[in-house]
Amino acid sequence: MTLLAVENLVVKYGNIQALHGINFHVNPGEIVTLIGANGAGKTTSLYAITRLPPPEAPRVVSGDILFEGNSILKTPPSTVVKDLKLALVPEGRHIFGNLTVMENLVLATYARDQKIDFSKEYQRIFDLFPRLAERKDQRSESLSGGEQQMLAVGRALMTGCTFLLLDEPSMGLAPVLKYDLFRTLKRLNEEGMTILLIEQNANLALHLAHRGYVLDTGEIVAEGTAEKLLGNPEVKKAYLGG
Amino acid sequence: MLATTIQNIINALQWGSFYALIALGYTMVYGVLTLINFAHGDIFMVGAYIAFFVATFILSMLGLPGWIALALTIPLTMILTSAVGVSLERVAYRPLRRKGAHRLYVVITALMCGLILEHANLALLGASRKAFPALITEHVYTIGGVTFTNLKVAVIFTAILSFVILHWIVTKTKVGMAMRAISYDKFAVPLMGIPIDSIIVITFALGSGFAGLAGILFAMSYPVLEPYMGALIGWKAFIAAVVGGIGDIRGAFLGGFLLGAVEIMVVAFFPSTYRDLIAFTVLLVILSLKPTGLFGIAKTTKI
Repeated sequence: MTLLAVENLVVKYGNIQALHGINFHVNPGEIVTLIGANGAGKTTSLYAITRLPPPEAPRVVSGDILFEGNSILKTPPSTVVKDLKLALVPEGRHIFGNLTVMENLVLATYARDQKIDFSKEYQRIFDLFPRLAERKDQRSESLSGGEQQMLAVGRALMTGCTFLLLDEPSMGLAPVLKYDLFRTLKRLNEEGMTILLIEQNANLALHLAHRGYVLDTGEIVAEGTAEKLLGNPEVKKAYLGG
Repeated sequence: MLATTIQNIINALQWGSFYALIALGYTMVYGVLTLINFAHGDIFMVGAYIAFFVATFILSMLGLPGWIALALTIPLTMILTSAVGVSLERVAYRPLRRKGAHRLYVVITALMCGLILEHANLALLGASRKAFPALITEHVYTIGGVTFTNLKVAVIFTAILSFVILHWIVTKTKVGMAMRAISYDKFAVPLMGIPIDSIIVITFALGSGFAGLAGILFAMSYPVLEPYMGALIGWKAFIAAVVGGIGDIRGAFLGGFLLGAVEIMVVAFFPSTYRDLIAFTVLLVILSLKPTGLFGIAKTTKI
């Protein structure tokens, strides 16, 4: 059964139409990527799915977003995280810089059953990102960009999610860190995590993902398995630098 | 000389306690919403009136002794004043927030809410002042030329205890972490599964509750109530919060005591009519030297 289905989604910011009726879906256990240039509507799609409140939220004009077959258009954002177990790692990281690394992770468990012993999960985050363990008690705004990205991913995982959405996670990262991060995502997926990845770095994204969609000015212009998209001459020309 | 100094310090601590308790509410709401809740001084006034009605009811209708009346008045007043603060948020501020109104309009709304509270009080209860009933017998102690009462000591002790509790909530609990998180990055808070509105409600409830507590203590110390009693003290507490570094509860607490100390010192050396003039001048100087307040670190780290 499809985990997430976006159907004929039309979205507006004010009077500007950002998405012109797009369709895509994600199956459980998959890594799906949305690729496309700046302003193609990638982030808009994610914000619509995570139901972020105004002013960030785009307005859904028509179409639907189905989670396990049920519309989530009226679901508040905190419920999306709490009950649907869907977590977003936003573009620009948005970590809480005035809290310590550990406090950021602790805060992510806010909506979960407080009877759970989270210590094993914190340990898992520190296994995935050993740098965070070293800096556990530092104010998180003192972390480097790469470490902040790790924290943003770790924090999303601590919400207890089974479906991870990432918005341009590779942006601003040194190449080594980029590959590290993508290896971690692959490992998470092998452990059962469903992933929807948004990237400008189409090459990197398609080498990780099972399937992909190419978004251009609010419309899906190509879709298919990652291999198929990597071999598509038009995609190659427009997004893969060749 | 030593006795006079100690006497002044005790007076300053007691007077500063009221400012500190009220300033805590200003600073917490500011930390979470970057809203200056100008109705907060009037919530303090409402708290004093609620305490008046609760205490009078318990004393006269139930005929219970004063100390039981006090033990009941404190929690009841804090809960009822919290309810007033939360209602204000629900009725006046939240609709504006939903519509994405600019902060200026919310601040103006807060000012109007304060005026409405004052004048609703005036209209409903009349212009006559209310005399707050004596709940406990005041004992005056004199040790080596220093005079203090059990009530004064209780006021100072309560203010310090309130600060310790609020500081613990803000630094150690998940609700407190969420408050600090909102002050840093509102965008990401719902992504953690945290409903922002519930954190805002808790913030208003805490701030108003402690304003209610200040109302009880103030009414017990200066037992004459009138509708405008919250206006000037509210402004002063707000200034205390700004001087301390608005958004940081340590700042509110310190700022409150600082203002109390400055006022008492001025009265000790100058005619009492100079009090507010000199006190505010001192605060102005502090702000011009450190515009973000004593605990303010630029814009990024609030509450």
